[in-house]
Amino acid sequence: MTVRERLRQNISAAFYRHGLLCASYPVPIILFTSASILTCCYPLLKLPLPGTGPVEFTTGVRDYSTPSHESQGDLSERPDWYRGPPVAYIQQVLVKAAVSPWDNSLVPVDVFRSPLGRVFSVLEEIRNHVYTDRSLEALCLQVTDLLPGLRRMQAVLPEHGCLLVSPGNYWQNRRDLFDADPDLLKTVHQHEPKGLHTSATLKDLLFGVPGKQTGVNLYSKKRVVTYTITIALSSYDARFVASLRARLKQLHPSANCTLREDHMVHVHFKEEIGIAELIPLVTTYIILFAYIYFSTRKIDMVKSKWGLALAAVVTVLSSLLMSVGLCTLFGLTPTLNGGEIFPYLVVVIGLENVLVLTKSVVSTPVDLEVKLRIAQGLSNESWSIMKNMATELCIILIGYFTFVPAIQEFCLFAVVGLVSDFFLQMFFFTTVLSIDIRRMELADLNRRLPAEAGMPPPKPGPLRPRETPPPPRPSPHTITLQAPAFRNLRLPKRLRVVYFLARTRLAQRIIMVGTVIWIGILVYTDPAGLRTFLAAQVSEQSPLGEAGLPPHLGVAPVFPGGDPTSTLSGLPAPEPTPLPENQSQGHRAAHPEVAPVSSPQITWGPEDEELWRRLSFRHWPSLFSYYNITLAKRYISILPVIPVTLHLSPQEAIDTRHPQDTHHAPPPIPIPGGGWTGISRETCFAGAHARMVAALGLFAGVVLVLLLFCLYRVLCPRNYGQNGVPHGRRRRGDLPCDEYGYSPPISEISPLLLRGHSMDIECLASDGMLLASCCLVGHIRVWDAQTGDCLTVIPNNGGCWEHRDGWDHISACEAESLLGADFREPGGGAVGGQDVDIFPIRRRTTPARPALFGDQPDLTPLIDTNFGLSPPSQALSSSGFDFGGLVEKAYQEHEPSPTLAFPPSPPASQQRRRSLGDQPVLPPELPPQNNGDWDSSVWAMELRGNLIATGRSSGKLELWDAVEGSLRCSNEDGVSGITALAFLNNRIVAARLNGSLDFFTVEITKPLGLLQYRGRGSLPPSPCYSSEDVISCQLTRSVQCAHQKPITVLKAAAGRVVTGSQDHTVRVYRLEDSCCLFTLQGHSGGITAIYIDQTMVLASGGQDGTICVWDVLTGSRVSHVYGHRGDVTSLVCTTSCIISSGLDDLICIWDRSTGIKLYSIQQEVGCGASLGVISESLLVTGGQGCVSFWDLNYGDLLQTVYLGQSSEGQSVRQLLVLDNAAIVCDFGSELSLVYVPSVLEKLD
Amino acid sequence: MAEDSSLSGGAPMHRGPYISMITNRTMNLLIRAAMLFMVGVFLALVLNLLQVQRNVTLFPPDVISSIFSSAWWLPPCCGTAAALIGLLYPCMDRRLGEPHKLKREWSNVMRCVAVFVGINHASAKVDFVNNVQLSLTLAALSVGLWWTFDRSRSGFGLGVIIAILATLATQLLVYNGVFQYTSPDFLYIRSWLPCIFFAGVITVGNIGRQLALYEYKVSQEKTHQD
Repeated sequence: MTVRERLRQNISAAFYRHGLLCASYPVPIILFTSASILTCCYPLLKLPLPGTGPVEFTTGVRDYSTPSHESQGDLSERPDWYRGPPVAYIQQVLVKAAVSPWDNSLVPVDVFRSPLGRVFSVLEEIRNHVYTDRSLEALCLQVTDLLPGLRRMQAVLPEHGCLLVSPGNYWQNRRDLFDADPDLLKTVHQHEPKGLHTSATLKDLLFGVPGKQTGVNLYSKKRVVTYTITIALSSYDARFVASLRARLKQLHPSANCTLREDHMVHVHFKEEIGIAELIPLVTTYIILFAYIYFSTRKIDMVKSKWGLALAAVVTVLSSLLMSVGLCTLFGLTPTLNGGEIFPYLVVVIGLENVLVLTKSVVSTPVDLEVKLRIAQGLSNESWSIMKNMATELCIILIGYFTFVPAIQEFCLFAVVGLVSDFFLQMFFFTTVLSIDIRRMELADLNRRLPAEAGMPPPKPGPLRPRETPPPPRPSPHTITLQAPAFRNLRLPKRLRVVYFLARTRLAQRIIMVGTVIWIGILVYTDPAGLRTFLAAQVSEQSPLGEAGLPPHLGVAPVFPGGDPTSTLSGLPAPEPTPLPENQSQGHRAAHPEVAPVSSPQITWGPEDEELWRRLSFRHWPSLFSYYNITLAKRYISILPVIPVTLHLSPQEAIDTRHPQDTHHAPPPIPIPGGGWTGISRETCFAGAHARMVAALGLFAGVVLVLLLFCLYRVLCPRNYGQNGVPHGRRRRGDLPCDEYGYSPPISEISPLLLRGHSMDIECLASDGMLLASCCLVGHIRVWDAQTGDCLTVIPNNGGCWEHRDGWDHISACEAESLLGADFREPGGGAVGGQDVDIFPIRRRTTPARPALFGDQPDLTPLIDTNFGLSPPSQALSSSGFDFGGLVEKAYQEHEPSPTLAFPPSPPASQQRRRSLGDQPVLPPELPPQNNGDWDSSVWAMELRGNLIATGRSSGKLELWDAVEGSLRCSNEDGVSGITALAFLNNRIVAARLNGSLDFFTVEITKPLGLLQYRGRGSLPPSPCYSSEDVISCQLTRSVQCAHQKPITVLKAAAGRVVTGSQDHTVRVYRLEDSCCLFTLQGHSGGITAIYIDQTMVLASGGQDGTICVWDVLTGSRVSHVYGHRGDVTSLVCTTSCIISSGLDDLICIWDRSTGIKLYSIQQEVGCGASLGVISESLLVTGGQGCVSFWDLNYGDLLQTVYLGQSSEGQSVRQLLVLDNAAIVCDFGSELSLVYVPSVLEKLD
Repeated sequence: MAEDSSLSGGAPMHRGPYISMITNRTMNLLIRAAMLFMVGVFLALVLNLLQVQRNVTLFPPDVISSIFSSAWWLPPCCGTAAALIGLLYPCMDRRLGEPHKLKREWSNVMRCVAVFVGINHASAKVDFVNNVQLSLTLAALSVGLWWTFDRSRSGFGLGVIIAILATLATQLLVYNGVFQYTSPDFLYIRSWLPCIFFAGVITVGNIGRQLALYEYKVSQEKTHQD
């Protein structure tokens, strides 16, 4: 345990230092982090882009042999998929056919009718080719059935036998059908899909060349028809292929063809992601985004919520990238499908730490410096972060030992990802957070500066005077409440959603994101198509003046036999290089007018070598998929094409004409200067393409700019705040340090300790101005709640009063004559027995301070001595006496007299307000001598006006004068110990141990009715009991069996007395007539806490942990909640919520109207259960040697005030909130007075 | 904590038609059941797809039929089960009087669902050496799921009970020839099925509890109105 504690402390300290470091040097740390991210991601460049594009590998034809299944370690350049035989060998016969010479008698259909017709003879040749004993039938890939869904293609694609496709398939490979076909173009195009298509179409499949190059249209200017006959071979026989090649070349020689024939290309296809497979993937991604959304939504109270959310996401993403990069660096190539495992990785790594960090930092006291806040927040969460991380690592390690390769790999990635995520959190995110919080503070400061110009700065500059010795009295200090923008009330949820939508323009963003995703999907699913498209654009558009020229027109002689650049390169470039074409175009530019109406020439260029590259990369997979053969994760080998050149004579073309062909409109006569229509079409197309490319580029640019802007906003605050002042950690000062070695700043609220009691304080009572405390021995001390001075001490062992002033006892008749003296000395010291009818008024002989009241106005004439005229007490009970007006007048007349001579000793006691309903006019009684019950201990105490009511264990009720310390009256009617007291108006209610409830009436008789006001000049007059008053306390009613069991709680407010007992019930009595109004049943345990206030809200908490809210008017239960495990120890209400604390060290905050738990605060074990509400939003709780201030709206800890240095063992058990926003709490044998001045300002 | 406090504002609620509808207890129950049902159906469809498509065809003849490749009664069954379980969990919490306290936030629920889908993914996609290994791994994952997101004894007990019952039901179904597994290794079914069931119960219970948070709130409100 000790090791654990020490470890914990060390971790906290390390985190603290780290937080300081991060917050002090944000820029270098962010730069460092970015550099390390980039470094770690560098190996990723070597990885192929994630996608489904095929990869290639080229081998020579001559020494080709089918690769074995076993990996041979010798060839390092051989990819690991290149194992075993391919799915098929693809042999393409590239046919270029033209009618030449062209003469004007020919119709456009002639361009392709007769060339296409020749395909049947070539096919025949291929089918019948036999080398030694092998025929094509034996070698080719036999296919059986088309997929059932492809009925419409049945007529076109071969259904059994060899997989051999050619344009002849359109006519079932039958010449007669071809000849009978009136409209070839219609036949070709009837299978084309409508609309946008990106993958291979049937025309592509059958022609084997990109649709634009076939030349099968009416407006072709080249008049060369290109198509391929594609043969899929299941096994490779070099000699057969060579003989076929030789045969075809011999039959149809290509004049200037120097296509290379020595390389075969193996194309490996990645796993295809079908739509069916996409659905689970999309689902996981949706869940991932929901997770990220719900997580980042919790980031609150920061300057830029979106910025921090972005930073959080960036942290997670870059940690993943780093993990992949690092794994690659150490030779671990990822074999898993990255897209699939990515969401799970994110979920495993999680955003939790980041959020916890943010929350912890945000909830540190706002008045601290940013660095300290960061450091403190970090160290607060250090232990949990480390614990979580250790747990996760353990789980992942367990996963690693499953020895399933896929899981092992996942675990490896996750481990590296976790570690790098931790690194990034610590460096990147913390720093971003510090920058953000600094920005918020600056904004805050700017906003509040004009309003609080006259006040001490809530956030002093870097050189704040913290090192100065603490002021003797708590300096005016503010608990810095957050700026109004952050504190504003919670709107209803729906409204907030609407605001959120409006504020963030979510709809637009979603549309934008959707567009981006759509484009991304387009690029992903068909990268090759786009690539070929772009490449074609580049190659066609590059020379600007070329648009007017028909391409490939009469350039044959200019072409060199073989382009040196491409023949020299060992491996063909993956993309058709535009370079040779540029050259040729350059040549062409040199001969601009080469026979505009010339015969079509068949040319062979290097671009024909691998014409299949221009096809969609889906070409082969889709071809094979029609036969239910998947190419996913397999490869095909593409053999070098066999070139076939066909020259047809015009006569032949005319012979093969279909009768309807001539019905077609003749083509626009190519006049010298160019066929305008065709050219305009082409330029129009080119323009459209160019526009598309430009739009894409523009879009990409905009996205990039937006991204950079966001990054800038996040990373680059307007002001980096103070720098240059090195802030070391504060030396441990007088104030206690918390466990992280962090000393609270001196500007914190410092408590005022009231010492004097020798034992632990048992009871505490206050009426706002005075404070009475009673310790275990029975000493009662009265303090000034403002200054903390001890006014009176009432010792237990009688005899030796510790009076400030001496008093003597005078008889009642003497008292009548003592009119002009200091009758209005505050605090009547009447000690009343109940049935004594003489006036034992102890008159104050003032030897110590003769000048004490000399400066007071003479109020004698104001005093009405005619007692016969004084109204009966009952009539006045509602309003009480108010001598204020009377005294005020007299006082104003007396104004000029100096008040300086007023002694400071009991400075505030005179200003006390007279509590309403204190009845000074009652039949006088004779108090006995100081015969208080010294043997019994004080169990309950109440203070009202300047009367202290104490209930003793012997059942005696005593009334003491708070200022003079004299016993004014006592009542011994009951014998059972008084467990609780309530003092309201002129009534005292005492609850006794035996469950009975006694109502007493305090009657105060003004013996002479004289008044004298003494007070400090500016304060309003506040009359109070006079020491001359005779106070009696009469038992008016005793409810014998109020409860079956001892009464535990007694509260009185708003004319009601509420008692709670161990018999599980709460009873409500009316104070005036002590009549029991309701018995409230609802708890299943003894009542432990009750709250009632002036608004008649009654809440009760019981030993069963439930909290009930009652309507006092009707006695009905408003709500009933299970709050705690164990007793509810304390209950407080504000206008909107109920705060409860329980034995489970939890403080719960409930919504008062709905009874829903808003949140709860887990306190340390053994914390006191005392609660107090200072204002609507400020809660104070007592803890282990400290009191903590909480923001009720958010449940954030605002500040913790340590009461003393040796605070370990003592916990605050009682806590009182005074009217002036001071807090009094007991603290062992001491009392602690804590001022919260800023709240005072808030209150008024 | 912040989540909870943000869920229920201290500001007075304006009771529009929506709120009053929610406040109706049976209505609320129905809404929750419907939502859980939809979640169940959706998960059943998606996860079944994961199981079905081990050999991928490139252009599937029609996607719709591959989504609904299972029997028609499977998704409704899963949906009903999800609704029942999702209602049962918060109800049981209330009866036992020990409310579920562990991190009741939507983000956590989402995480739980993601892990559940991941477990399914692993069972469908990852090649294991043998079935015992697969089952053990999945069992460990499921218990880890419970520990991470639930940690309540009642949740564990209910999960185990329902998993056993569901496995029995599946055995019976397969025994009667309603459908069958390609390579059964545990009587008639796959041995990882109970683990999947358990994880599913925990996940759905989590969702149900989270949904019940709202219900709890409005029911409290209703008491107040009375």
